[in-house]
Amino acid sequence: MAEPLLRVEKLVRRFGGIIATDNISLDVASGELHAIIGPNGAGKTTLISQLTGHLAPHSGSVSLAGRDITFLPAYRRCALGLARSFQITSLLLDFTAADNVALAAQAHAGTSFRFFANARKEKGLRDAAHAALDRVGLLHRADVVVSRLSHGERRELELAVALASKPKLLLLDEPMAGLGVTESQRMVKLLQELRKEVSIVLVEHDMPAVFALADRITVLVYGRVIASDDPAAIRQNEDVKRAYLGDQHVVTHHG
Amino acid sequence: MKAFTVSKAVTALMLAGLVLLPLYSHLSGNIFILTLFTRIIILALAAASLNLIMGFAGLMSFGHAAYLGIGGYAVGMLAQEGVGSGFIQFPVALAASAIFALVIGALSLRTRGVYFIMITLAFAQMAYYVASGLARYGGDDGLTIYKRSDFSGLIDLGNRTQFYYLCLACLFGVIFLIWRIVNSRFGLVVQGLRSNEQRMQAIGFPAKRYQLVCFVISGTMCGLAGALLANNTDFVSPAVMYWTRSGDLMVMVILGGMGTLFGPVMGAVVFLLLEELLSQITEYWALILGPLLLLIVLFGRGGIMGALGRANRG
Repeated sequence: MAEPLLRVEKLVRRFGGIIATDNISLDVASGELHAIIGPNGAGKTTLISQLTGHLAPHSGSVSLAGRDITFLPAYRRCALGLARSFQITSLLLDFTAADNVALAAQAHAGTSFRFFANARKEKGLRDAAHAALDRVGLLHRADVVVSRLSHGERRELELAVALASKPKLLLLDEPMAGLGVTESQRMVKLLQELRKEVSIVLVEHDMPAVFALADRITVLVYGRVIASDDPAAIRQNEDVKRAYLGDQHVVTHHG
Repeated sequence: MKAFTVSKAVTALMLAGLVLLPLYSHLSGNIFILTLFTRIIILALAAASLNLIMGFAGLMSFGHAAYLGIGGYAVGMLAQEGVGSGFIQFPVALAASAIFALVIGALSLRTRGVYFIMITLAFAQMAYYVASGLARYGGDDGLTIYKRSDFSGLIDLGNRTQFYYLCLACLFGVIFLIWRIVNSRFGLVVQGLRSNEQRMQAIGFPAKRYQLVCFVISGTMCGLAGALLANNTDFVSPAVMYWTRSGDLMVMVILGGMGTLFGPVMGAVVFLLLEELLSQITEYWALILGPLLLLIVLFGRGGIMGALGRANRG
């Protein structure tokens, strides 16, 4: 079997007495869209943070294309082809949309220790930025300052920024968060397009979207993987029904 | 060309005034004004250098006066030891400032926010006390420089007008460099880090490296101001490094407009002129200047440049 693009092995992360990531192992094959779901508090964000390098695990390992990246800082992982979007939009608010994307392209186009030439006039970077913006349907907003973009547009811009670094693997942390119905549908369509080009790990609460998009779904509950399979099998899985959908049910009715 | 704006017009007027000032001084016989403005230009240069790290990179360095002292002491100590050539003094002043900036930057940049402010302040105060302890070079009393830097006939620093234009050329040169830097790849990264460090790390930029280089550039530029200042006063003492001087530089930057190219120059001119004028009226000039600055900072967000920008729109 071919080497998985992303391999997580026996990852453990504790916060005091709480085990937020409890011995998690999972593989993401190249070309796959792998969704991670789980009720609130299941440890999705903690897991993502360890994949992106914002949090160090206590034990276990993460490797990307066969290379151990467990303790690499975020910026090094990015250079190796791991790009991410943030659950809470994180952009350069006082820069234009094009500047945001061009900077991501710049990070992967030679050294940034250049002090004299005007970077906004570098054709290569601007073209890359415009291409990525076009990809997510934001080209007409290229020269608008991010603080003036709508929430939906910012979510799309997050994607464009991630794409501009030409990643092997895209980590999307709840890309639909806070989107309206039509915006969500546009995002699903967009992801359906993108998955043809890049492997994706998708953490998402929007179940219809997850089941529409994913090749594989991993279900987390209390920091453990309780199932990892294709969508049809997950839908039938009794553990998942009980632990995840059931819990959710209980929470909504009593909380 | 871009459209006419009030802030551009005022900036152009100010720059023209600075260029023509020696002419006025000669015609009117007012020598004092030339001396005063030489000092203003040198401190404007220091403020511009602080603005690079504070306004563009978003790092509040509260120890910038240290470089004024280091640049100044480099000139003074070399002169004391019989090395009078400016071709040696100035490069040494710049190199010493750069090295100091590299060391304290590497340590300070491990911290953020208030801690960064406090640690840069602490290092500057350390430099202040070290200078106070240099018995051979005047200690507390400071060091008199008997001969200004010698540029072997190229330019005479003893000549008021020549020295004024040297300082002005240095100021314009530094602002030109800053203008190129902030629009370069490096400049965009540094400003991106000011805006959102987490995002910049995620797209692949190691924050500290860029910030450290920016810190060193800023410190080196301020070292140049220090070397000029020592020549201007023929004297250097620990007092130029005292924390209140660092505070003055910050006030100039904020007053003029952080993160604008000419704001610090504007801030230096207004601050130092006010200080000069008010101190002629009353001994308690600080009592007037303080509230005045407070009002400008409170109501003129973005400093003078910000206010002028609004005047254009309004």
